[in-house]
Amino acid sequence: MKRQKNKLAGLQKRKAISGYLFVAPFIVGFLMFMVRPFFNSLYMSFCKVNTGAGEFSMNWAGMFNYNYIFKVDPDYSRLLIEEISRMCIYSVAIMVFSFFVALILNQKFKGRALVRAVFFLPVILASGVMLGLEENNSLMSNLQATVQTSVEGISVTGALQEVLRTAGVGVKAYEKVFEVIDNIYDVAISSGIQIIIFLSGLQTISSSMYEAADIEGCTKWESLWKITFPMVSSLFLVNWIYTIIDFCMRSDNKVIDKIQDTMKMNLDYDFASAMSWVYFLIVIAIVGISSLIISRRVYYYE
Amino acid sequence: MSKVKVKKYSNFWERNRKSNGYLLRKTVLGWGISICRFILLFGMCFLILQPIFNKISVSFMQETDLYDPTVVSIPQNFTTENYKMAAKVMNYSKGLVNSLVISLTIAIVQITAATLAGYGFARFKFPFKNFWFACVIMGILIPPQVISTSLFLSFRFFDIFGIFKAVTGSAINLRGSVLPYYLLSATCMGLKNGLYIYMIRQFFRNIPKELEEAAYVDGCGTLKTFVKIMLPDAKPILTSCFLFSFVWQWTDGFYSDMFLGNKVLVSTALTRIVDTLGVIISKYSSVQTQVSVAYANCILSTGTLMIILPLIILYLFAQRGFVESLSSSGIKM
Repeated sequence: MKRQKNKLAGLQKRKAISGYLFVAPFIVGFLMFMVRPFFNSLYMSFCKVNTGAGEFSMNWAGMFNYNYIFKVDPDYSRLLIEEISRMCIYSVAIMVFSFFVALILNQKFKGRALVRAVFFLPVILASGVMLGLEENNSLMSNLQATVQTSVEGISVTGALQEVLRTAGVGVKAYEKVFEVIDNIYDVAISSGIQIIIFLSGLQTISSSMYEAADIEGCTKWESLWKITFPMVSSLFLVNWIYTIIDFCMRSDNKVIDKIQDTMKMNLDYDFASAMSWVYFLIVIAIVGISSLIISRRVYYYE
Repeated sequence: MSKVKVKKYSNFWERNRKSNGYLLRKTVLGWGISICRFILLFGMCFLILQPIFNKISVSFMQETDLYDPTVVSIPQNFTTENYKMAAKVMNYSKGLVNSLVISLTIAIVQITAATLAGYGFARFKFPFKNFWFACVIMGILIPPQVISTSLFLSFRFFDIFGIFKAVTGSAINLRGSVLPYYLLSATCMGLKNGLYIYMIRQFFRNIPKELEEAAYVDGCGTLKTFVKIMLPDAKPILTSCFLFSFVWQWTDGFYSDMFLGNKVLVSTALTRIVDTLGVIISKYSSVQTQVSVAYANCILSTGTLMIILPLIILYLFAQRGFVESLSSSGIKM
């Protein structure tokens, strides 16, 4: 009996070892290229970094870099606030849009495969450098500015905006909604993955639930809120986190541009580290708080 | 039997009257919903596809067409000159080969490492497993920009525990070579690598345990089980991850710029296309000239098209691989 137990322990041990061997590349990479640079860049953000020929040195400078980026640098704090608020608004818009589209695409109709393919196309075509290509060079951005001012009054939504504005209800909130609607293209092209995730969730809901609700006299609207919503609520969390992270890595993110410029053009590694740390902490705080709030409402069906 | 048939094909209005108008209401509602849906979806599909169509039509126009207000979408003077120009500006043929090689090899390396890690996380019990998996999630959450400064410097002065410094007297400069990026990819720290680990783990978790146990009972070792039993099963998710990895690497600007800066790649060439165009144009004409906005935009559109063309072809053939396996893998928290 004892012998057998020993043998089992040996098997478990062997499995644990082979498990570690499988994961080993990840662990090595994580320690070398994630943990070390992570703390290194934290340390660097408190230092004055001097790069010379073939050598570089770091001298402790306390909060100097943080003071500099907020008080001296002309753009950083403005860009930070702009990007963070843009991120929040767009993430909400993307969530609503992708859930809505997933609901539609989950229905049966002719040409569904084609429509799905089209909605998924931006995941491939609007990734990486393709995003914000038009604004990336000075020529285009000048042009865009002039176009924007010249067509201000003649957009289709303009008239509607005027009507709603004169009604005088919550002007500020409407402004944000208009901004999102004007940029619906941005929302549409960045919600491909989210649509797929929602779709996969919607497909796992068994149709017997809807049938039961239908027989009990539920309207479609009620069963949307009482069945569909709770069943995919865990995916809201996944999508929310994915959306925010995705937004951080977009190539048209102005804060990231600023950090890149500081690092590569001016070779100010210290300021760049401080900037990216401030940005990272804010984003992590937003992700943490919002996912805490969402996870309270998540319903796990098991 | 025949009675049922007669009822089925009887007059619509008669049936409607029998159901107190319910049938009519239902049919009208159904039609209304599908018309609304059609308009909505058509509009949104158009929204997504319109920029591509626009780029296609612009890319075949001569410069005079760009200024002609009567030419909207069909070019008056059809030309393929723009493609030649864009290819020249971007160094297209060289960039295409480079991008293809790099994207393919990086995707293979990334997916190999991610498969190993994903399988390890899904199928083995070992101490601190949850901790390490939390690290994977952290890896997804930490934007590469945060560590980019330090990573940049650490490859500039690369050293493993001071060995190189002891031997050669100074740390080696890995900047400008492709080695660091392969190293990153092989250790699961490349572009969006955490996401692949997560997806592959999710897939392996859903494979029944009995399959594995049967293999063990029949005398398969751990490695053999993995290669012979598990890998063939995981083909769809691996294809899907591979395609994503390839495509995202193809269009990536951030890592390419940081680690592959001196290689000619289509993605980095595209970001610089307008500036390069200006340089080339002023080289041909002795006078200092500025490229017109319209022409620059035209070349930019052409260049974008040339870069996404391979991706569109890939997508047309492997659309199932992209979408289906992702939705069937059941991403859940």
